[in-house]
Amino acid sequence: MNYNVNDKGYYGEFGGAYIPEMLYPNVEELRQNYLKVMTEPDFKAEFDKLLKDYVGRPSPLYFAKRLSEKYNTKIYLKREDLNHTGAHKINNTIGQILMAKRLGKTRIIAETGAGQHGVATATVCALMGLECIVYMGEIDIARQAPNVARMKMLGATVVPAKSGSRTLKDATNEAIRDWISNPVNTHYIIGSAIGPHPYPDMVTRFQAVISEEIKWQLKEQEGRENPDYVVACIGGGSNAAGTYYHYLHEKDVNIIAVEAAGHGVDSGESAATSILGKEGIIHGCKTLLMQTKDGQITEPYSISAGLDYPGVGPMHAHLCKSGRAEFMAMTDDQAMKAGLDLCKLEGIIPAIESSHALAIFEEKTFKPTDVVVVSLSGRGDKDLQNYIEYFNI
Amino acid sequence: MNRINKKLSEDKKLLSIYFTAGYPNIDDTVSIIQDLEKNGVDMIEIGLPFSDPLADGPTIQASSTQALKNGMTTEVLFDQLKEIRKSVNIPLIIMGYFNPMFQYGVEAFCKKCQEIGIDGLIIPDLPVDVYHEQYQAIFEQYRLRNIFLITPQTSDERIRYIDSISNGFIYMVSSASTTGSQTGFGDEQTNYFKRIADMKLINPQIIGFGISDNETFTQATQYAKGAIIGSAFVKHVTQEGSKSIDSFVKTILN
Repeated sequence: MNYNVNDKGYYGEFGGAYIPEMLYPNVEELRQNYLKVMTEPDFKAEFDKLLKDYVGRPSPLYFAKRLSEKYNTKIYLKREDLNHTGAHKINNTIGQILMAKRLGKTRIIAETGAGQHGVATATVCALMGLECIVYMGEIDIARQAPNVARMKMLGATVVPAKSGSRTLKDATNEAIRDWISNPVNTHYIIGSAIGPHPYPDMVTRFQAVISEEIKWQLKEQEGRENPDYVVACIGGGSNAAGTYYHYLHEKDVNIIAVEAAGHGVDSGESAATSILGKEGIIHGCKTLLMQTKDGQITEPYSISAGLDYPGVGPMHAHLCKSGRAEFMAMTDDQAMKAGLDLCKLEGIIPAIESSHALAIFEEKTFKPTDVVVVSLSGRGDKDLQNYIEYFNI
Repeated sequence: MNRINKKLSEDKKLLSIYFTAGYPNIDDTVSIIQDLEKNGVDMIEIGLPFSDPLADGPTIQASSTQALKNGMTTEVLFDQLKEIRKSVNIPLIIMGYFNPMFQYGVEAFCKKCQEIGIDGLIIPDLPVDVYHEQYQAIFEQYRLRNIFLITPQTSDERIRYIDSISNGFIYMVSSASTTGSQTGFGDEQTNYFKRIADMKLINPQIIGFGISDNETFTQATQYAKGAIIGSAFVKHVTQEGSKSIDSFVKTILN
């Protein structure tokens, strides 16, 4: 089976470009150019150089000795948390800002939930001297004040999304509306592996550097490129897409996707899309999404703003439906505990998103000889307030 | 003959009005349709509300949110409309986003539309190529006209393609914007209107987005077969209630 996008923009039955005609020229321009631009030697050289000198790649593949001892298996952490701006998000924004420049765009828009993608976008816009407008739900602005301040310091304009539930979903709607109204000079940097084709594929390819590095790093440390498992948390799914990419067709590598169960999958307050979602259309693609039986998109819940999204990227929907990936769902409580464990055992404060991926070790038993690579997608600085309140620190 | 095609063949400029079903009150749908016809409106777009209306500005977003809160669903709308053809003769089009139709089942949705006497659909986020490959046969089986949008950025080649697939009218979006955000037309718009008029398309064009009063209606219909008013009407209903439709239509047509 093919797990990559086909020439019509679909992963199995998922994907495509379900967009209003107003967006057609923008998306079509991108579709016709993205692969050509990405494979140009100049582009590749500039991308690689920025990833190395500016982002700080390669990110370490760290053998977590004490964590491994606790769970009696071999756990490696892919340290995306050590990237500039503190998460994997910047891999994609570096790629897309270079793409935007090649396409002659002068104005950048983005959506953000917790603010990580917004900060990563504001960062590359400052780097390239381009105008940057970030849409962020009014509620998220209130609960993520440090990231709002970061974006402003980096020169971005942060526009509150006041419609609907005033969170990530609505920020995305507002960014799309901006793009409709500014079709010529503007590039929309989508932050996850979602949106109309070619976005899921383009974002995945920019994030694929994660698994490209894991391959040679694991070869150095374990003498083999392929682990037994790759594990990543999934909201829209960009760090997961990058972590899986070079292993999608390696049959001996098991893929585990970890969603946010919130207060529990059946609690009515959850973001476990693979269990609670149904096929439908959100933000320009056909995928699994949480919705009423009438087709209205519903509000997800997770303590982690980065996983608090009612859909999942179309590639992941396909990995789920085809059975290629095992989907697990971890609650707020499980994730918070796993996060604190990592602090005590390894001296690493993880983002709450990444803590969901770490939480599976309490649920699932691995063999002592198994090599399990977990994407540590971000650092926990942004979540300090959450950790403080949760643990009464 | 489909009521849309018949209406388009009349020798007059057409006024089409969009409203959000279930707004301001859940049971206003039928009376709004009847009042619009009574006051001389030529065609009606019944908005099926959606939680995430990407192509709409604040006015229609807010009316959609309220309509959903009022309890509007696809089922409720179909139920409200089941006897509409006993009292209304003008063309009726359902305008909505694709996901609610997809969940209802596209074929079941189209079948229901035909039973009720709906003449066409406008689905902004169902792309032309997907329609052509997967759904055109179903629409044709149930004699529904699917109305496509074009914008100032749509290439001539694509306009010709859309024209070749259309059977009804082409919905000309007046400018790069969401609904309800334009005020008046400048040279850029009139040049675009002229350019499209000069293409001599098979299907007549009706202009929407930015039509709010007699002046913009007159400007638009100078170049096109008709014009669509959405946000301005929804705003009027918000302020004046659903009982004052006559005064709104009069300001447009007089």
